[in-house]
Amino acid sequence: MRKVQLSELSQARSGDKGNSVNVALFAPNEEIYNVFKREVTAEKVKEHFAEFVEGDVIRYEAPNLLALNFLCKEALNGGGSSSLRVDGLGKTFSSNLQRMYIEVEEELLEDLAKN
Amino acid sequence: MMKTVRIGAAQGFYGDTIEPAVDIAKNGNVDYISFDCLAELTMSILVKDKLKDPTKGYTKDITTSMKALLPYVKEKGIKLLTNAGGINPEGAYEEVVRVAKELGITGLKIAVVTGDNILERISELRDKGVSFKDMETGDSFETVQDKLLFANAYLGVKPIVEALHQGADIVVTGRTTDTAQFLAPLVYEFGWKEDDWDRLAQGILMGHLMECSAQSTGGNFSGNWWDVEDMDRIGYPIAEVKENGDFILTKTETSGGMVNFDTIKEQMLYEIHDPAAYITPDVVANFTTAKLEEIGKNRIFITGTTGSPRPDTLKVVMGYPNGYRGQVIIGYSWPDAVKKVKKAESIIRKQIEQRGIKIEEIMVDYIGHNALHGPTAAPPTEEDGLNEVFMRMAVRTKSYQDAEKFRRLVVPLGLNGPPYGGGLNGVRPRTLLGMWASLVPREFIEDEVKVQVKEVEKIAESSTK
Repeated sequence: MRKVQLSELSQARSGDKGNSVNVALFAPNEEIYNVFKREVTAEKVKEHFAEFVEGDVIRYEAPNLLALNFLCKEALNGGGSSSLRVDGLGKTFSSNLQRMYIEVEEELLEDLAKN
Repeated sequence: MMKTVRIGAAQGFYGDTIEPAVDIAKNGNVDYISFDCLAELTMSILVKDKLKDPTKGYTKDITTSMKALLPYVKEKGIKLLTNAGGINPEGAYEEVVRVAKELGITGLKIAVVTGDNILERISELRDKGVSFKDMETGDSFETVQDKLLFANAYLGVKPIVEALHQGADIVVTGRTTDTAQFLAPLVYEFGWKEDDWDRLAQGILMGHLMECSAQSTGGNFSGNWWDVEDMDRIGYPIAEVKENGDFILTKTETSGGMVNFDTIKEQMLYEIHDPAAYITPDVVANFTTAKLEEIGKNRIFITGTTGSPRPDTLKVVMGYPNGYRGQVIIGYSWPDAVKKVKKAESIIRKQIEQRGIKIEEIMVDYIGHNALHGPTAAPPTEEDGLNEVFMRMAVRTKSYQDAEKFRRLVVPLGLNGPPYGGGLNGVRPRTLLGMWASLVPREFIEDEVKVQVKEVEKIAESSTK
């Protein structure tokens, strides 16, 4: 197992809806997707965004896109028209999530490097 | 051969550039160009415009976009669908007519859709038993009811399709959903039934991939974004849709950008909650059953989206004034930039106390890397720290006066605070708008939706009399 930052393994895009943010996290292949499912839980995402996301985090799966979609509630200090934040629309939440470190099996990383 | 409808995307939000849509009109061989002008935030921007001037309240860039595209409506028969009407669709309609007359274009049929605005109907709907409780929190409506500035329901494709049936070349609406602008041509051209859930769901996915302009063609792409060709003249997406709902997402060859599995998949989940249940007024779409296949350069074939029955309710989003935001900015340079900026922060915090400025919330961010020293700025190192740091401090206040008093605290710091302060700036207080979303039985709203179609020359005649 090796500690790897999500930014090295993923794509991600985030967007707002009211005071909620969604962060979609995309894996490069099925094996890494399974690692994401194991490592990037709703609880860990909630913890990652501690004091930033005030509400619940719900995780949805989109296996056809090898993606996990995190819905973070009460995440934008009131939402676009009401927020004091510089990024009141949550566009940079995705790169923020990509700072998270996860544990990945060595052989999977080797396979990824080969392709 | 199965009929194909070609649709191009124009705008992804109020303020988006129009050049890529002009490229599509010229080179895209499309039948329709659809705009989505209303991001979540936009209605609250437009309501501020309308409060200042009751003839406004639509997206002002409709003037430039219509000037750029109306000639193609006339020459090539491309139809334009837009929700640029915002808070004032009739005002937007008048503006389109004005532009057409200015360009000397006659014979166009322009439709305007109204009825999404329910601000004046709140009491009536309350009497009918609508609770308007917040759909997320369940909070009671009483706290905001008397303060509302706008209240608009998200309409689906129905009135747009009706306008097309009446021969409209251009359809201007208020708050129709983003995806409705794109699904409507398919329902009209192919005669899809209103319970043909799977095809409608395919159309919704297509619309969702088109509504944010270049976000499907390499814009805002988090993958290997450095490989996106010619981002400076990025193209907007084009969909080629078959009667069975299968479609190809592509772009013109004359534009920059990139369409592949990796760019499309990011847009598929953008602003989505449950990807297996994307709720729209027209259908509940399941994006997890969709299959994407690269069938050529910048060509993605998409099939397999499934749908289930549309909800019995429509979403209504309302806005109400919710205090003010005051904001100040000040930067400090090396050495000890961070230490200085923190000192400035503590000075302002103390002065807020001393002067009794009433503040509900305060937020402080440190910004910056080379803003003060330009190319001579040293790169950040652990020993030396950042070359410069800007402090951006924002407050939430109940009164305009308190936000204004706060703004005035920053400038004196240039002489009265730590050394090497630059770029001092206090921003005029801004009104904050709270948003309130609830669900309303759809028939209460749809019964009042109106579609009017008028021809430009006839209006021109009547207005000169």
